[in-house]
Parts: sequence; C-alpha cells; structure tokens
Amino acid sequence: MTASPKRLAGGHGPLPATAELVIVGGGIMGLALAYNLAVRGQKGVVVLEASYLASGASGRNGGGLRQQWSTEMNIRLMQESLEICGAFARDMGINVWMRQGGYLFLMRTAETRAQIERNIALQNRCDVPTRLITTDEARRLVPELAADQFLAASYNPTDAVVFPWPFLWGYAGAASRHGVSIHTETPVTAIERRGRDYLLTTARGTVAAPRVVNASGAWSPRVAALLGLTLPDWPARHEILSTEPLKPFLGPMVSVLESGLYVSQSTRGELVGGITMHEPRTNDIKLGSRLSFLGAMARGLIEVMPLLGDVKVVRQWAGPYDLTSDGNPIVGEAPGWPGFFLCCGFMGHGFMMAPVVAKYYALHLLGRETHPLFERWRLSRFAEGGTEAEKMIIG
Amino acid sequence: MPRKLILCRCEDVTAEDVAHAVAAGFQSLEEVKRYTGFGTGPCQGKECLVPVALAVARASGIPPTALRPFTARAPLAPTELKQFAGLEEEPGPR
Repeated sequence: MTASPKRLAGGHGPLPATAELVIVGGGIMGLALAYNLAVRGQKGVVVLEASYLASGASGRNGGGLRQQWSTEMNIRLMQESLEICGAFARDMGINVWMRQGGYLFLMRTAETRAQIERNIALQNRCDVPTRLITTDEARRLVPELAADQFLAASYNPTDAVVFPWPFLWGYAGAASRHGVSIHTETPVTAIERRGRDYLLTTARGTVAAPRVVNASGAWSPRVAALLGLTLPDWPARHEILSTEPLKPFLGPMVSVLESGLYVSQSTRGELVGGITMHEPRTNDIKLGSRLSFLGAMARGLIEVMPLLGDVKVVRQWAGPYDLTSDGNPIVGEAPGWPGFFLCCGFMGHGFMMAPVVAKYYALHLLGRETHPLFERWRLSRFAEGGTEAEKMIIG
Repeated sequence: MPRKLILCRCEDVTAEDVAHAVAAGFQSLEEVKRYTGFGTGPCQGKECLVPVALAVARASGIPPTALRPFTARAPLAPTELKQFAGLEEEPGPR
C-alpha cells in the first residue's frame, strides 16, 4: 500500500469545450461503455455524473449474475457477460469478490413450473446447464431450507454473485488511463441542438459533442426530457438489506419466484437480499427505506430458512429500478434526434448486463458491428406493437 | 503517525487505508465508505465517522466542515430478523 494508487474515482476538473461523445451517467453502463469505446481507439469521450460513481442503482444492487432468463437474447448475452466478469479481476487489476455459487429458484405453483420448464429448455439449448430439481435436491444444496412448502426448484450452478462497486472503479480507472475524462458532481441541467452538435450545460460549464449517450438509468427520462424527448421507462424503488457477517454456509443465491424474494451470501459473509414490494407507479425517484420492507423481508427469509430469525439486520437501503412495459431495455439512436443515443430501461438487471451490452454498444457506435439487440430493444417498438417480453424480472 | 492506526474497529480500516482511498480519487465520505468499507460493520459509523472524516480532511486538504456525513441507515442498532417479522403490513394500496 505504499505505492501511489491508480486513480479509480472521477474528478472535478474543468470540462472540455468540445468532445466527440458525451455519456450522461457514471454508473456501470456509462463507465463500461466509456471503457469499451476508449480501449478500441475512440478519442474525446467525456462522462458526466450528477453525483459520485456508484451513487445510483449500480452501487445499490445485490450483485447477482445469472443466465436463467426467458428469452434467448438475454440468456446468450448473460453467458458472455459472465465470461467477461470472470476475467474482470485479471483484466482490470481489481478484486470484484466474484463467487460462482449458482442460483436456486424456488417455486410454489404449477403455473410457475410450466414457465420455468420452458425457460430451462431454452437455456439448455444455449448450453446453460440449468436443471429442474426436486425439493429434496434443493435441501441437499441448502440444508437450512424449509423446502417442503415448495413444488420444485431450478438450479444453475454457473450463475454467480459479485461485489458491485469495484466493477465501477475498474472500468473508471481503465477508461481514465485510456483518455476518458470522467466528471463527478456534474449534473446536466440543459441539452440543446447547436448545429450538428448537442450542447450540454452542467453545473461546471458546457460541453458540445455530435454524439450523446443517455446512460442515466432511472434518471434517463429526466435527462431525455431536457431535450424535449419523452421516454416510456419509469423509476421504481427497490429495497434491500444486509445482515451481520456469518460463517460461509449458503452456496447459491436463493430466490422465490412468486414473491420476488432473493438472498445471497457475499464473500464478506453478509446475507444480502430483497423482495418485491408493491408500490403505485410514479415518476418520482424514491430512495427512502421503510420499516414495512424490513417486515416483509424478515417474514420472507424466516419462511424460507427459519433459523435466520436470530440473524441480525445491520442496514437497509434502496435503489431505483428503471422499468419498461415489456421488461426489455431501450437502446440505440432516438428517432428524430440524430446522434442522441439511449442506453436505459434495464429493469433492475442492468448491472449484470452492462459488461456485455457495453461491448456491443461500443462496436455499434464505432460502426464495426451491430448486434440484434439494437433491433429488438429499439425505442420505436413501443409504438409498433412491441417485442417478445422478458418474464424473468426478479425483485 | 504510528504505523497502524485503526480508525474503524468493526472493519479494521486504518488511517493509511483512508489516505490510500483519497489518493485514488475518493474524496467524499460516501465514496470512502464504499472503497474502504468503513462504517459498514455493527456500529454503522457511530464510532468511526468523525475520525475517518478528519483523516479524509487531512489527506485531501478539504476542510472538515465541508465534508458531509454518509447517509445513516436503519436499523439504529443491529436487530434480529425475528423482531421485524411480526410487523403489521403497511396499510394502503398494494
């Protein structure tokens, strides 16, 4: 620890007057995209973050990485994302505390099982080794489980959990070393067309660029509205808690499909988890914590693993999901706004998707390769009748 | 300064760890908390917030009065899950 450390955070330096590409949002999407562009030779990339890195959903999520999805695109994307995550510590020189303990989804109803069986067949065709297992098998994986209340479970041993924050610092540090300029505490307050450029006004001056990427997660409708563009995604509070650290005992991430409960044990030993809380839809970004969440989560955890009743909660917090009506993200150039790109609506699952989405987004922006996700997840689908919905949205 | 001065006893965060975090570019207490883990143990910052804030101020040159504490998190003290399990469901729309 005596050597001078690499810079991992953003800075408060003066904004350049012009840039080639401005990314609004210093979360995992924006930073991973900045890194993927810069490492492939893109010059003049600027990242603008309204607060500090990891202040939004990227720093508030449970760190799950799973391949158990209901659409082939998401399964294949997450297979590749997991490969990138597995190599991240080596490639970026930062420990991300990754643990490949699998994901165990518990189900109560025949209706859920029918859907999960369809998902598993699709996952197996993509070479993801998910299996439908009996409750006895589930109990062998997690002996503390009160498994009798469930009908069955699906288990994929290659799903994983990570510690989210070092991913942002790894991407930010590597992006900075490749020439990206990252500005924290720099909220964008206005965006206007100026010839072929967009002029972005911030609390620390202005920057003009021909291309802008809106990667501000739950804040993306507000950023787009600065330009007069209405986006169909909306924010939703998701609460989460952490317990005191325990001796490692829980192999897989455990989740109950009908309630949206999920819990995993981090490499620090803490249990981290959340549960679906129903709230009326709103455009406000609410990050307050509620006692009612502690009640719902405590009941949910004790029901699944009764011995957890004696485990202490250490803290609770909340983060914003960025939701869409079909469970799929919004990407690509906004129709009518040449050079203004969207990278949002990731449904509370953007963290796990960012490493692979950012790679294909960079290749798209550099004109080298266009992945089918740009067709499937385009903004205009909402007006044109939609796309295949993703059903495996947890939490 | 002694070679090893522990500022956060729950998570064993030293003065040197805090100086290292500041040198890596983390200057707010929210960021230093995330990078070093200080304030994330059983005391949740109740013991260590001020000593760490002073260490951040010393390492960064930011006056202590310009530093804001990180967001305090419930519960007030570590509490067994079973104590919360009996809470009434919150009334209102579901």
